[in-house]
Amino acid sequence: MANDLEAQVKQLEAQLKALQEGQPKDQLSMIVFSGDLDKVLAAFIIATGARAMDMEVKMFFTFWATPVLRAKNKKGGKKDFMSSMLGCMLPKGSTQTKLSKLNMCGMGTNMLKSVMKKKNVASLESLIETAGELGVEIAICQMSMDLMGFKKDEMIDYPYLSYVGVGTYLSDAQESKIQLFI
Amino acid sequence: MTVEELKALKSDKVVDARGTACPGPLLAAKKAIGDIQAGQVMEILSADEGTKSDIPKWAKKQSFEYLGSIDEDGMFRLFLKK
Repeated sequence: MANDLEAQVKQLEAQLKALQEGQPKDQLSMIVFSGDLDKVLAAFIIATGARAMDMEVKMFFTFWATPVLRAKNKKGGKKDFMSSMLGCMLPKGSTQTKLSKLNMCGMGTNMLKSVMKKKNVASLESLIETAGELGVEIAICQMSMDLMGFKKDEMIDYPYLSYVGVGTYLSDAQESKIQLFI
Repeated sequence: MTVEELKALKSDKVVDARGTACPGPLLAAKKAIGDIQAGQVMEILSADEGTKSDIPKWAKKQSFEYLGSIDEDGMFRLFLKK
């Protein structure tokens, strides 16, 4: 009888351990797909806020969001014709992002930026810097890099930057309590 | 705590986050909480009304005791005990 009980307790302990390991972590994972200023701003406000709430944060930058992470003053080196053309046409870094609505040839975007300054809302540039200080991890989709012809040398200096595939995003998302697509 | 009780409270640390918008006050609070000991009281000053709901939620998650807030001409004083 005593042995039975012991075996049962052991079995329950093992089940409990398996259950605990299967629980999602206190982690937020985000796909940042858009390169619009308003959407990237939202992504970084949520990311830094989540760090303040002590959550782990993993941002996965793909497609239109990839050019936002290009450094303004860095050159990517030698590229083929199509990649050079694409490189010219796509925004070079966070300062060249535009609003998804009311851009009006840049007038709307500039108006919003000036109002943000007045109301003490952090700029996208300073939010990215804060995210780096707080340990927000940024993973860039390698396929988007290849597609747009970007070189690692032309991306921003960010302390937690990596180049990954969709599998990494999925495994991060699977163990996150919150998942977002922006 | 009532407003009178809060007003009589002596804060061990005051964080002035009036110059920032969301998520500034939350980040400022997180940064400053490391400077005080358990049992001490921290006061956060914010001009952003959203902070009034953010700070209690953050305090709950971190298991700090949220004591309450005072509205004072155009700003909010939020109190919590570590």
